[in-house]
Amino acid sequence: MKFPRLNWPLWAGFLLSLIAFLSYFFVFAWFPVTRDFPWANLLLFAGAGVLLLFGLRRAFAAGRPRPTQSKIAGAILTFAGVAIFGFFVFAVFIMARQLPASPGAPQIGQKAPDFTLTDTNGQPVSLSGLLATSDGQGKTPRGVLLVFYRGYW
Amino acid sequence: MRSIEDKLAELKAVGIHPVAITVDSPEASQNLRQQAGYTFPFLSDPKAEAIRRYDLLHAGAGIEGQDVARPAEFLIDSTGTVRWVNLTENYWVRARPEQVLEVAKTLP
Repeated sequence: MKFPRLNWPLWAGFLLSLIAFLSYFFVFAWFPVTRDFPWANLLLFAGAGVLLLFGLRRAFAAGRPRPTQSKIAGAILTFAGVAIFGFFVFAVFIMARQLPASPGAPQIGQKAPDFTLTDTNGQPVSLSGLLATSDGQGKTPRGVLLVFYRGYW
Repeated sequence: MRSIEDKLAELKAVGIHPVAITVDSPEASQNLRQQAGYTFPFLSDPKAEAIRRYDLLHAGAGIEGQDVARPAEFLIDSTGTVRWVNLTENYWVRARPEQVLEVAKTLP
């Protein structure tokens, strides 16, 4: 049997596992449907796994030109693909859960602690002020949604 | 944040005004607002005073080891009372505006 020099399923599997990893942070994390549970990325990883297995079989098949290089490349790329998957699971399922429990956070029915912070115009803004600010038609808000987030530094 | 901006008109229609709070400087927040097209207000809490008062400090969790806020959302009614809280267990999973719109219906 004649083999091409390039073991394409191996390289495609490795590239797909890279794409599966990066696409979460650059694409799928922007949409709640694909962010809350990363099913799209897990599907891509599954595809990458199939390609890598297929490529690994070819790498170790008899009759390949340069059999030693072929086997080494097969082992390294498969290991890298698995490592990328492992890091993805760590980043999305384990590291992202390392959050403080916040037992002292105000609970439903409690008064929300007031605060005064600076807005993007450099003006001081307080929670009590926000709740009392009329919208120009004499209507004050029914509620204020506080969205605390980590920041982009 | 993106999904809140997308539903901003609906939130405002039921009288809910969102405000983002972060340790970022006002300049950094303004950059983000301009780049991402966010139109609701962003407040800066560089010393994490309000963040501490809400027990949301995630010490050393910033990229350079800064103290940051853990993600959390609170709906406060016009009397200053908490009506809904979302303390996510995974920072990729955030509140959806649809949840807030549901609760907003029950506010006076």
